[in-house]
Amino acid sequence: MSAISREDVAHLARLAHIEMSDAELDKMTGELGVIVDAIASVSEAAGADVPATSHPIPLANVFREDVVGETLTVEQVLQNAPDSEDSRFKVPAILDEE
Amino acid sequence: MAATTESLVDFDEALEKYDPVLGFEVHVELNTKTKMFSDAPNVFGDEPNTNVTPVCLGLPGVLPVVNKTAVEYSILIGLALNCKIAETCGFARKNYFYPDTPKNFQTSQYEDPIAYDGYLDVELEDGEVFRVEIERAHMEEDAGKLTHMGGSTGRIQGADFSLVDYNRAGVPLVEIVTKPIVGAGKRAPELAKAYVAAVREIVKNLGVSDAKMERGNVRCDANVSLMPKGADKFGTRSETKNVNSLRAVEHAVRFEIERHAGVLEAGQKVVQETRHWHEDTRTTTAGRPKSDADDYRYFPEPDLVPVVTTAEWIEELRARLPEPPAERRKRLKAEWGYSDAEFRDVVNAGLLDAIGETIAAGASAAVARKWWMGEISRLAKNADTDPEGLGVTPATIVELNGLIEAKKINDKIARQVLEFVLAGEGTPAEIVQKRGLAVVNDDSALGAAIEDAMATMPDVVAKIKDGKLQAIGALIGPVMKATRGQADAGRVRELVLEKLGIEG
Amino acid sequence: MTEIIKLSAVELAQKLRAGEVTSVQAVQAHLDRIAAVDGGERGVHAFLHVNAEEALAVAAEVDAIRAAGGAGAEALHPLAGVPIAIKDLIVTVGQPTTAGSKMLEGWMSPYDATVISKIRAAKLPMLGKTNLDEFAMGSSTEHSAYGPTRNPWDLDRIPGGSGGGSAAAVAAFEAPLALGTDTGGSIRQPGAVTGTVGVKPTYGGVSRYGAIAMASSLDQIGPVSRTVLDSAYLHELIGGHDPRDSTSLNEPVPSLVDAARQGLSGDLTGVRVGVIAELQGDGYEAGVQARFNESLEVLRAAGAEIVEVHCPNFKYALGAYYLIMPSEVSSNLAKFDGVRYGKRVIPADGPVTIERVMGATRAAGFGDEVKRRIILGTYALSAGYYDAYYGSAQKVRTLVQRDFDAAFEKADVLVSPTAPTVAFGLGSKTGDPLAMYLNDVATIPANLAGVPGISVPGGLSEGLPVGIQFLAPAREDARLYRVGAALESLLEKGWGGPLISQAPDLASAEKEGVA
Ligand SMILES: [Mg+2]
Ligand SMILES: [Zn+2]
Repeated sequence: MSAISREDVAHLARLAHIEMSDAELDKMTGELGVIVDAIASVSEAAGADVPATSHPIPLANVFREDVVGETLTVEQVLQNAPDSEDSRFKVPAILDEE
Repeated sequence: MAATTESLVDFDEALEKYDPVLGFEVHVELNTKTKMFSDAPNVFGDEPNTNVTPVCLGLPGVLPVVNKTAVEYSILIGLALNCKIAETCGFARKNYFYPDTPKNFQTSQYEDPIAYDGYLDVELEDGEVFRVEIERAHMEEDAGKLTHMGGSTGRIQGADFSLVDYNRAGVPLVEIVTKPIVGAGKRAPELAKAYVAAVREIVKNLGVSDAKMERGNVRCDANVSLMPKGADKFGTRSETKNVNSLRAVEHAVRFEIERHAGVLEAGQKVVQETRHWHEDTRTTTAGRPKSDADDYRYFPEPDLVPVVTTAEWIEELRARLPEPPAERRKRLKAEWGYSDAEFRDVVNAGLLDAIGETIAAGASAAVARKWWMGEISRLAKNADTDPEGLGVTPATIVELNGLIEAKKINDKIARQVLEFVLAGEGTPAEIVQKRGLAVVNDDSALGAAIEDAMATMPDVVAKIKDGKLQAIGALIGPVMKATRGQADAGRVRELVLEKLGIEG
Repeated sequence: MTEIIKLSAVELAQKLRAGEVTSVQAVQAHLDRIAAVDGGERGVHAFLHVNAEEALAVAAEVDAIRAAGGAGAEALHPLAGVPIAIKDLIVTVGQPTTAGSKMLEGWMSPYDATVISKIRAAKLPMLGKTNLDEFAMGSSTEHSAYGPTRNPWDLDRIPGGSGGGSAAAVAAFEAPLALGTDTGGSIRQPGAVTGTVGVKPTYGGVSRYGAIAMASSLDQIGPVSRTVLDSAYLHELIGGHDPRDSTSLNEPVPSLVDAARQGLSGDLTGVRVGVIAELQGDGYEAGVQARFNESLEVLRAAGAEIVEVHCPNFKYALGAYYLIMPSEVSSNLAKFDGVRYGKRVIPADGPVTIERVMGATRAAGFGDEVKRRIILGTYALSAGYYDAYYGSAQKVRTLVQRDFDAAFEKADVLVSPTAPTVAFGLGSKTGDPLAMYLNDVATIPANLAGVPGISVPGGLSEGLPVGIQFLAPAREDARLYRVGAALESLLEKGWGGPLISQAPDLASAEKEGVA
């Protein structure tokens, strides 16, 4: 039983900013269903008393002193830009709010 | 999204029926030498994309490293806000796509902020103290700067394209979040302004931020909701983004209270949404409603390790805390010799630091107060900004005052000179020189003007000779006219008496 | 020239030092080999970019320093002049870095990865950039946007993945050394199926700065070579603290070369080797199991004490991995949006807004497997699912670490087959993502726990290589080199030479039209 619906996948694709055709959504829904079913047992494996591990080797307080280093030149900054103008990256209109 | 009415309910009427609940998220940019996670310079106003490393640009393969000074500044802010400091805390990724965010996630803190559970005692205009509870203060990074091009207004709406400068991307921020503030009533707008002013004062006092609101060093998001009087359940809130002057904070809260009341009185529902503040009209307009797109998928930042604070470290930092603002105010009031009323006005105007710096630069306490509370405040009001936002430096005031004391210019001309300074014409002395504004106290030139005036007004001269010295005033007008306002009135009086052989 | 390319890195380095071969000759021999076997319809296709000019220039520089003698020559790194291939996930100034994706086609990094800076400082000529599954996501190198790499042992089979290019390059004598990255087995599994050596160092042992992140808490750069000793030299070169990587261990690199040399004596007296009960049997091919069992006998004969260990939570490791990895992927790959670098696609119709440009760019720039993982990770992190998926997976990670801790109480190193099968046919699993994921079942636990692992050749099954994996506690990478080198030397005695010498001769196979 797969909990993941086509609408879920469409929503996830929007969150992930990947445009998907109807056919892709259908295919992805099927594949994700199989994968999620196969790995869902993870959610029952560990009890509430087990702490989460986000970093495999525990370290703490790794800091940098507040000393200025080398910067890129504007040419280097923009060398791979799809589009630029006036030393800045140029992007199409933003319809969303600021 | 339901349409919201724009009909407002008068503020006082609104407050008769509803209790406002406020909440603030204040972002403070730290003035570290480098950015939060990269060793790029943290400098305001440089040429676009010149303070950028591969990390700031989110290039493939880069990794963040935490700026220790930024952590310490954050702890200092937490301590100054009477917060608890986390024994251990970590960074988290806040995921959302926006072109000013190079990685398309912001590195921030989520479940475990560096500082939490604090408070700030905010003094209102009449001296009443209101305690604002602080929920948390967390570390994060700033975004780049977007400039919207084309279209008619230069605003985001209708722009053809935008340009992105990543100089600001990664500048360290501390976001200070209050708990819901209940009970301010009619004083909500005033409290809003006073709270932001107090935060600004603290971070400036700590030396951890330049705290210039006009540069965006301190930025406020103001949450407002209304609940019917006597209710205990909060209403739906709006979040007005980026209200970036003290006056604007006050006005925005006031406007939102009036707007919410209008919506509720019309029998409609307040929409939970972000609002945009418009300084020109002193209104807010609807931004984006809350939606399922606001799923930020926070998770622990795997590229950064936790911050663990020891008691020794905290105490070492606590020892660096400057005098608390309330005590500092008490001390300054005594040092400057202001009356209660004078001092409160200065505090309410948010000009404690400006006046202090001006005194430090060499002005007397009275002179510093005169300028900041007088002409500079007036100009700021006209320009719809805070006095400090005008850009008057202590050096300018000291120089202007020196010119007055040397009798090179009078008060009236000094005010004009200030406007020329703000217009970028140079220093006061330069402007006086360039524009030929020096007071005419060259006795021969003055003498000629006085003789002309006396010749045309023999009746006045007779009165003066009769001992009615106040009649000299009638001569001063024409003399001023003849010297294009550059005569020193005191010297005119002296010369008239001299010419008539009368002992002043 | 043929002889040069068959030398191990250490042997080549000795000849360079002795003046028997110049670095220019060595580089040229490998460039010739690449020209002979890499291109064409049925070429190995290990390389995405060949860096001939720069490699020859670096080689000439090394030769000049050697010729001048004196302190300059003395100061040269032991591997100076020995050519190396770089997985195209690691950024390099002067060569394109694509990550095997259309998204980064032609992208030129303005900075070097830390490991690349070290390689430049040690003056190893870089032959070029090797193929990989797109953004290192896959176990077969078939998910490369630039076409699959072929296994030199059988050109119709996969070379493993994601580092199939680096493994195949080394197996095909196109390079004596290569760099790989290992997030769930991407160095070790290709090593296993190509009959080469691959090491995943302790997490934090090698700087990740400049390795394009797939899953930050799992990724690790490591060496790829034909001998254990060669990997030890390369590992020592690239390892060590890097202030640019906050997860980098601030500890001296252990002496791995010494450990490997000690192992080459073939004596493992007193070494406790733990056989992981959960990583054999069901799902493991008979031929793989047979070679594994033989290896255990060899270890026992060398004096090792073979013990059985149980890691009951390993059965959840694959599931936890396929939640944690895609979660981090979904965030790490968000930066590819067509704003600052890489591909930008303007939608064919409708309004051109940045939102739609990002959506179209990511739709066109990413392949299916990358999209699958991004969507899966977005799901695992999303509101309402986080606790059940990402949160639980991080707990399983704790349980896997506890299993390792308990196992390492009983054993100095653990052992298992590296992969459950030998190299499978190209195209045989591309339609079934889950079947593909199962390839990593034995390698994933090490990434979840951050412990180091090595894969060494363990013989052939039906003519194809089988890999033996050793795992050690975190920071004890040296143990892997000792035990790995011992097994290698003992097995080679039985084979009468390195396993790789049994690989088909690619150049002549091509000429005769035999595949
Ligand atoms: Mg906020
Ligand atoms: Zn914030």
